[in-house]
Amino acid sequence: MTEEIIIAGFGGQGVLSMGKILAYSGVMQNQEVSWMPSYGPEMRGGTANVTVILSDEKISSPIVNTYDTAIILNQPSLDKFEEAVKPGGVLLYDPNGITKPPTRTDIKVFKVEAAEEAAAMGNMKIFNMIVLGAYLKIKPVVKMENVMKGLEKSIPARHHHLLPLNEKAINKGLEVVKEVK
Amino acid sequence: MGELRLMKGNEVIAEAAIRAGADGYFGYPITPQSEIMETLMVRKPWEETGMVVLQAESEVASINMVYGGAGCGKKVMTSSSSPGVSLMMEGISYIAGAELPCLIVNIVRGGPGLGTIQPSQADYFQSVKGGGHGDYRLIVLAPNSVQEMNDHVGLGFDLAFKYRNPALILSDGVIGQMMEKVELSDYKPRLTEEEIIEKYGDWAHIGKPANRSQNVVTSLELQSEIMEKRNQHLIEKYASMQEDVMYEEIMTEDAEYLFVAFGSSSRICQKAIELARAEGIKVGLFRPITLFPFATNQLKELGQKMKGILTVEMNAGQMVEDVKLAVECKVPVEWFGRFGGIIPSPQEIVDALKHKIIGG
Repeated sequence: MTEEIIIAGFGGQGVLSMGKILAYSGVMQNQEVSWMPSYGPEMRGGTANVTVILSDEKISSPIVNTYDTAIILNQPSLDKFEEAVKPGGVLLYDPNGITKPPTRTDIKVFKVEAAEEAAAMGNMKIFNMIVLGAYLKIKPVVKMENVMKGLEKSIPARHHHLLPLNEKAINKGLEVVKEVK
Repeated sequence: MGELRLMKGNEVIAEAAIRAGADGYFGYPITPQSEIMETLMVRKPWEETGMVVLQAESEVASINMVYGGAGCGKKVMTSSSSPGVSLMMEGISYIAGAELPCLIVNIVRGGPGLGTIQPSQADYFQSVKGGGHGDYRLIVLAPNSVQEMNDHVGLGFDLAFKYRNPALILSDGVIGQMMEKVELSDYKPRLTEEEIIEKYGDWAHIGKPANRSQNVVTSLELQSEIMEKRNQHLIEKYASMQEDVMYEEIMTEDAEYLFVAFGSSSRICQKAIELARAEGIKVGLFRPITLFPFATNQLKELGQKMKGILTVEMNAGQMVEDVKLAVECKVPVEWFGRFGGIIPSPQEIVDALKHKIIGG
């Protein structure tokens, strides 16, 4: 199994930390992992993306041209990465703020109303965990127990009281993700 | 088995330095390597091992603090990125001239000048051919994974002390900013003053007993006859480093074509090999791990079996010169690269192989 994922959106949406939690979950499952951020003069509100690779084998390049899954959280990222999904691959997006939805028919498209659900749960910070839950529903590449271990490793100890809230958000994502036909 | 963590390459450099028993780090912040000093500041090794971590007022000051520490037989290091390393060149030349051990880390960014903060390999020439003035060489290590960022810190210090010569880790923002699993090295204690006197007392500025004359650390020698002898000695020392040459071959057994790449480029080439082989192109990879000493003989032997060689570098074609020298131009050697902070994609590399070598 090798899963090559791009997560892309605005800075401040938790793109990088979501990738880190996913990568740490892979570590907990004894997988090989790489986490390669776009870095640069980026800031809150700018675009941010991270390539996460999970594999049972040694990972060759942390940088790839095409992805098994694209997790898209804003329009500029959709414009940039829709083309980069492998035929038969998965595109998961949050329709909030998307004015031109994906058009490809040779990939599976899913949507998750993560921003809306996070607002309903009263905490926008758990937005990325709802998206992560949605992803794990589509591609259960790591077991939920390892995701929770990954979360625990990724979050500083002083924030560990928030683990149950994050778990709730992941479960919400599992529930609300829908395939777009 | 050591401790397993998910860490950035830059963070690992800091952690590995503490665990290698380093005595001091002196540096000045610059993207994309600031996490090295940040991690050290958070880790506070001065409370744990006594290691000094100091933010100097400039890169020039940093490298001269390293010079001073190294002159006392201490295990000292600095890190910077391209423009900052350029500022250190005078000091590096002095340290090489005075034959002192130290570790320098360059997380390269696109140049020339202030350039960009994105990854690049454009400091190959600066690292392996000199960079500063005078006939000197650095021991240059090119890690291509977060694990090797860990391993090369200890290795760099070991080689630096073995040859009493500065060692340099040449990496970039791909490896520096990326997180991968890493098995951290076990802790090595820092040497005590007594141990330093015992091991390095014949050259270091430390603990002079009454019955020997003072050790002199200098790169200055005004008598040409003596200076020439000193140069001769350095040339022999640099040649002797061949015994520590390191390289890796990947899928070369049946290869008809060869990529030669170091550091982050070598990782992307491995993906390019997967893509090319899926199309039936038999291509392998030769990865120099030490860029100086360079695996000239090993590359010569392997290269002569190939129909063509493509060097892949994130620069305008630097290592390609050493590759051509190694195979004595008996095999077609071409270069492919992107620069200015652009990372070539695996598919671009396959396309370059087709156009420049196979169809060329």
